[in-house]
Amino acid sequence: MNAVTPLLEVRDVVKAFPKGDGASLLVLDKVNLTVREGEIVGLLGRSGSGKSSLLRLIAGLSRPTSGEVSYLGQPVEGPAAGVAMVFQSFALFPWLTVFENVALGLEAQKLPAEEIRRRSLAAIDLIGLDGFESAYPRELSGGMRQRVGFARALVVHPNILLMDEAFSALDVLTAETLRTDFLDLWGAGQMPIKGVILVTHNIEEAVQMCDRILVFSTNPGRVVTEIPVTIPQPRDRLDAAFRELVEKIYVEMTSKRVQTASELAARGQVEKPAVANLDVILSNHVSTNLISGLLEAVAAAPYGGRADMPVIANDLMMEIDELFPVVEALQLLRFAELEGGDLTLTADGMTFANAEVDERKRIFAKHLMSYVPLAAHVRRVLDERASHVAPRSRFLDELEDHMTHEAAEQTLRTIVSWGRYGEVFAYDDQHMSFSLENPT
Amino acid sequence: MLRTLPARAGDSRRLLTQWDLLAILVVLGALAFLGEASRGLMAPLAKIEATELSLSPAFLPEYAARTTLRMLAGLALSLLFTFTYATWAAKSPRAGRLLVPILDILQSVPILGFLSATIVFFLSLAPGKVLGAEFAAVFVIFTSQAWNMAFSFYQSLRTVPAELTEAARSFRLSAWSRFWRLEVPFAMPGLVWNMMMSMSGGWFFVTLSEAISVGHTKIMLPGMGAYIALAIDQKNLPAIGYAILTMFIVIMIYDQLLFRPLVSWSDRFRFDLEPGVRPPTSWALTMMRRSTLLRSTGRFISRSWRALLRPVTAALPVRAPVYREATPEQERRADIVSYVLIVLLGVFGAYEAVRFMSQGFDVKELLITLKLGVLTMLRVFILIALASLVWVPVGVWVGLRPRAAAIVQPVAQFLAAFPANLLFPIAVIAIVRFNLNPNIWLSPLMILGTQWYILFNVIAGASTMPAELRYAARNLGLTGWLWWSRFALPAVLPFYVTGALTASGGAWNAAIVAEIANWGTTELRAEGLGAYIADASTAGDFHRIVLGIAVMSLFVVVINHVFWRPIYRYAERKYRLS
Repeated sequence: MNAVTPLLEVRDVVKAFPKGDGASLLVLDKVNLTVREGEIVGLLGRSGSGKSSLLRLIAGLSRPTSGEVSYLGQPVEGPAAGVAMVFQSFALFPWLTVFENVALGLEAQKLPAEEIRRRSLAAIDLIGLDGFESAYPRELSGGMRQRVGFARALVVHPNILLMDEAFSALDVLTAETLRTDFLDLWGAGQMPIKGVILVTHNIEEAVQMCDRILVFSTNPGRVVTEIPVTIPQPRDRLDAAFRELVEKIYVEMTSKRVQTASELAARGQVEKPAVANLDVILSNHVSTNLISGLLEAVAAAPYGGRADMPVIANDLMMEIDELFPVVEALQLLRFAELEGGDLTLTADGMTFANAEVDERKRIFAKHLMSYVPLAAHVRRVLDERASHVAPRSRFLDELEDHMTHEAAEQTLRTIVSWGRYGEVFAYDDQHMSFSLENPT
Repeated sequence: MLRTLPARAGDSRRLLTQWDLLAILVVLGALAFLGEASRGLMAPLAKIEATELSLSPAFLPEYAARTTLRMLAGLALSLLFTFTYATWAAKSPRAGRLLVPILDILQSVPILGFLSATIVFFLSLAPGKVLGAEFAAVFVIFTSQAWNMAFSFYQSLRTVPAELTEAARSFRLSAWSRFWRLEVPFAMPGLVWNMMMSMSGGWFFVTLSEAISVGHTKIMLPGMGAYIALAIDQKNLPAIGYAILTMFIVIMIYDQLLFRPLVSWSDRFRFDLEPGVRPPTSWALTMMRRSTLLRSTGRFISRSWRALLRPVTAALPVRAPVYREATPEQERRADIVSYVLIVLLGVFGAYEAVRFMSQGFDVKELLITLKLGVLTMLRVFILIALASLVWVPVGVWVGLRPRAAAIVQPVAQFLAAFPANLLFPIAVIAIVRFNLNPNIWLSPLMILGTQWYILFNVIAGASTMPAELRYAARNLGLTGWLWWSRFALPAVLPFYVTGALTASGGAWNAAIVAEIANWGTTELRAEGLGAYIADASTAGDFHRIVLGIAVMSLFVVVINHVFWRPIYRYAERKYRLS
C-alpha cells in the first residue's frame, strides 16, 4: 500500500433524502474526513447529526448525493471488501449459532470450508468467545452478543472497522469492559484492522478511545470542529487532562446550541411564521416531567440554580442525547440559560422549581404561550373558531410543509403534552382534535 | 401465535384507494375472461372417464392418501407463488402498489368461486382425462392457501430490521444469499403459521373439489370428498361414519406430524432475541431431533438442498452488487413503463367486464343477487354474533387458566382443521327427520368449521393478558359485568376481531356448500347467494357463476373495508396491551 494514500477519504460529501413534496431534507452538508493508518477517529454528535448516515456512506450501504468517498484511493460504490461494521443493535442472525454468524461473511466470499473454519475459530478465540461457538444469540447476554458482532467483523480481516454506537445498547459496566478489551487488542496490534471509525454520542467514550474527534452539529450535519486527543493510552477518566477535554467538548457542543437557541428565540418573537422555527427542539419529545425534574435538580443543592453540564450529566446519569433536548426545552421556554457549559436558571425557572402544582401550571402556560409560537398558534386558531374545535390534521399538514412526517408527528405530540400540562387547550385522541374544553 | 390481519403498507385511512378499484377491475376482468373462455370449451366434456369408486372402508386409506397428496401439491404451488409474487411486491414499490391490492381482492373471492370459474378451463387442458380435474382440485387448494401465505411473506419482507439487511450487505452477501439466509428465515415463523392455518382451512376445500358437477358431467376424483359424496348419494350412513372417522385420523396425523412440529421448529427463527415465551412443544419434533436415523436423513436432505442451490450460488459473482440509487431519469422512465402497464391492465379489466355485461346483462338478475347477498350477509352476521356470545366467555375463561388453555387450544386448532362438510349429512338427516325450516337450520353449517377461529384467538388474547393487570383488576375489586366490560373484553378485543374476521370470511366461503344440502335425492335449500352460485355451477351457467362470484366478492370486500378493518384499527389503537 502506498504510504501516502490514506485509508479512507471523504470529500465534500452531501447527503439529502427526498421528502414527500419533492423537496429534500439535507442530512449531511459538505463533510470532509480523512482516516490514516493506525488511527481511531470518533464522530461525535447528537442524534440527527447525520453521523450514522456518514458511516453508512463509508460502508457503501448508500451513496452520497454529491461529493466522494474513497477507500484506498478507489471510489466506494458498494460494500467494500476491506470495510466491516459493528452495529448498535448487534444485528446478529438469531437463527444462526455464534460460529455460523461469524462464518457468514467468509461464506459470502466463497472461501474453502477449511479456511472458513480456521479463521472463524481464530476470531472467536481472539474476542473471548471460546466455548460459546454453538450457542444461539438469544442465549447470550448483551455484552456477549456484541462480542459476536466484533468477531464477525474482524473475521473478514478488514482494513477499516466501523462502529455504529457499538457500546450504547450495553449497560455501563459491560460497555466499559468491552471498550477496554478492544483497546487492549488494538494497542497490542492483535487485530488485523488498520483504522477505526467510531460513531458515538457519548463524549467520555470518544475521549477514551479516539485519537481524533470530529464534533458534528445537528440539522444539517456538519463537522463543527476537530479535536485531537493526545493523552496516552490507557486513559484514566479521573485524570485532570481527561476531564478538561470532556469539559471542553461540552462547551464546544453547547455553545453551538446556544447560538441556535437564541436564533430560534429571536425568530420566536416574530409574529408571522407561526410553526416553522421550532423543528429541532419540539421534534425531540421532552415530557413536562423531565422539564420539572431538571429544573428541580438544578435549583436544589449543591447547584443552587447554576450547574456545570458535565457535572450534572454525570450526577443524573444522563447521556448528551438525553440531557441536551431537556436543556434546549428549558432554554426555549426561558426557564434557563446556557453559557460556557454552565446551565443557569432564570428567575421564572427558579420560581417554577420551588412552586406548587397549580402555580407551576400557571407559569408554564404563560411561558408556553409567549415563547412557543406553535402553541400560541394552536390556541389562536381554537379561539377564532366558533366551535373551538380544530382537527389535528390541520396542524399536521401545516407542519409537514416544513418537516418530515415523523418530525411533524413528534412535534405535535410535544405540543399536545405541553398544552395539556399548561391547560392551554385540550386534545381528544379518539377524534384526533384539539379543543378548548377539558373533560370534566 | 396469531394470524395477523393484512395491515397494508402505508395503510391509508381511506376505505378504498384508486389502487383497490383497479385491483377489483383486474380480478373481475380475469374471472370474466376465464368464464368466457370456458364457454367455448364446454363441448368435449361429456366424455370424461368415469372412475369407479367404492364405499368399502378398505379403500379409505388409499383415498385419504390421495386427498393428502393433493393438499401437499397445492402447498408446494402456494410456496412457489409466495416466494415469487410476494417478493416482487415487496422489492418493487412500483409493482407493490397494484400487486398488494390484487392480493387483497383475491383473498375476498370465494374459493369455490375459483373452482366454478376455472374447472372447465382445467378440464380442457387434458381433454377426456381425470388429470384436468386433478389440476382443478390442486388449484382450489392453491387458492385457499396462497393469498394468505403471500400476505404474510410480504409483510415479513417489509419488516426485516434495517440493521440486519445492512449487516448482510456490508458482509457482501449477494441478493440471492440474502433472500435465503436472511429474508426467508426472518419470514419463517409467520409463513409457517399462516401456511398451517391455511392448510387447516384447505381440508374443507379439497374434499369439496373432489366431487364436482359441471353441467351434466359429474366428476369424482378418488379421495375422501368423492367418497362422502357417493355415500350421500346412496344414503349410506355407515359409510359416512367411516369417512368421518378416517378424516379424524388423517387430521390427527396432520396435526401431530406436520402442524405442530413445523410451528415448533419455526420458533427458532423468531426474531426477538429475548428468551422467555415458551416455544410450542411437539413430541414429533423432539423425536426427529433426537433420533439419529431421522437426524441424518434430515442432514442428507439439507445437504442435497444446498447442493441443489450451489450451482446457482456459484454462478453468482463473488463481488457484492454495486449499490446504485436510480437517477431521476431512470425513475421517470420506470414510472412511465409502469403506468403504461397499469393502463393496459385497467383497459383489459374494463374491456372484459364490459364485454361480460354486454352479453345479456340483466339488471333484474343483478338485483336478485344483491338481495340474496343481503340474506347471506344477515346469516353470517347473526351466526358470528351467536358464536361470539358462546366462545368469547369460554375463551376468556380458558385463556386465563394456563392448564386449561394447554388442553383446549390444540383441540380448537384441531377442530378448525376438520372439514366441517363431512358433518353436513348428519345435520341434514336431523333437519329432514324433525321437519325443520332449512332457511334457518342450514345456516349453522356455515359457521360449523370456522367458529373455532374465534375461540382460539380469544384464548390466545386472554393468555397474553399481563398478570399485573389481572391483579390490579382484582385489587380494585372489579367483578361481574364491570370486570368484563372494563377489563376482559377490551383486553381481548384485538384478538377477537382477528378471529371473527377469519370466521366471517370462512362462513362466506362455506355458504356455497351450506345453503344447499343433499341427502340421497332429498335436497334442502336456503335462500342465499351461496345457493345461487351452487345452482349456477350445477347448471354450468357461467354468466350467473361469474355474476354470483363478483357480487359475493363485492360483499366481502365492502364488509372488510367498511366494518372489520376500522374495528380492527380501533381495537389496535385503543386496546392493544403493550
